[in-house]
Amino acid sequence: MSFNIDDFFSHLNNSDVVLSFKGNITSEIINNILESIENKFVELNEDGKVRKKMYNVLVECLQNLYHHIEDIPHDLTGMNDNKFGMVVIIRNGTGYKITTGNFVSSGKIKPLKDKIDKINSLSQDELKDMYKFILNHQKLTAKGGGGLGLVDIARKTGNKFEYAFQNVSTDYYFFKLDIYVS
Amino acid sequence: MEPLLIEGTAKTPNVRFDGSQGLVEIKGRSIPENSIEFYKPLVDWLDRYAQNPKQTTKVNIQLEYFNTSSSKCILDVFKKLEVIHKANKEVVINWYYEEDDEDMLEAGEDYESIIRIPFKMIEIV
Repeated sequence: MSFNIDDFFSHLNNSDVVLSFKGNITSEIINNILESIENKFVELNEDGKVRKKMYNVLVECLQNLYHHIEDIPHDLTGMNDNKFGMVVIIRNGTGYKITTGNFVSSGKIKPLKDKIDKINSLSQDELKDMYKFILNHQKLTAKGGGGLGLVDIARKTGNKFEYAFQNVSTDYYFFKLDIYVS
Repeated sequence: MEPLLIEGTAKTPNVRFDGSQGLVEIKGRSIPENSIEFYKPLVDWLDRYAQNPKQTTKVNIQLEYFNTSSSKCILDVFKKLEVIHKANKEVVINWYYEEDDEDMLEAGEDYESIIRIPFKMIEIV
């Protein structure tokens, strides 16, 4: 069965969805998503601590997408969004699950997988050391990304990442990342 | 020297750097996609201030949220303050965090361990 982005997206959208978006991830879209989630938390009367954690993690998720999304051939997505990404936030018991999705070229899979596996293998103390090392020794990229996003998310959530790469064509995969905030 | 005053936005903090008072203040949210652009004038201002600082510089950092892109720029700000501290001038750093915001307290402790100026951790109740 070939990969269909709309099926994939609708499959993620069940009754516990708090917020979902797919399309171009621009700075304005990030503003809108952050504003909606803040409103949603007020509506849900969400606990202040959870609110703060979710907001922080969501900022990093969205900005990770913003900084890392690759230009993908249009015939692949069937869409004109060249900064295509998706985010779905689901209520998961007392916490939340954030799922992000974006296309990656096959060459990017190994470094990404290695990085996530490494982060998943570390304890909280090791993550703290890794964070401080990158903070103090690595320069910001021209785009403003710092290589700290995933480490920061892992520290703040205290949970392991779940992920999958789904083959879309010879050169491209769809990367799905699940983040649990509890 | 001219003070540096920047109004806060949804993604960038309120900035009040006043050389005549020896005051360095950053308050609000710092979550821009590209933080270098925002922080460059702050770091440049501190560079100039460090040449002739007040006997005491009071630093108030009160952030509600900051992203990882900003975290490196905030470290650059602290590194400029470290220069002043090393020149035997007093630098008082007040790191504010909201009640129960352990992540923000921990972030302050991370910076404190890197730059070696004692921080005063102040809980906002």
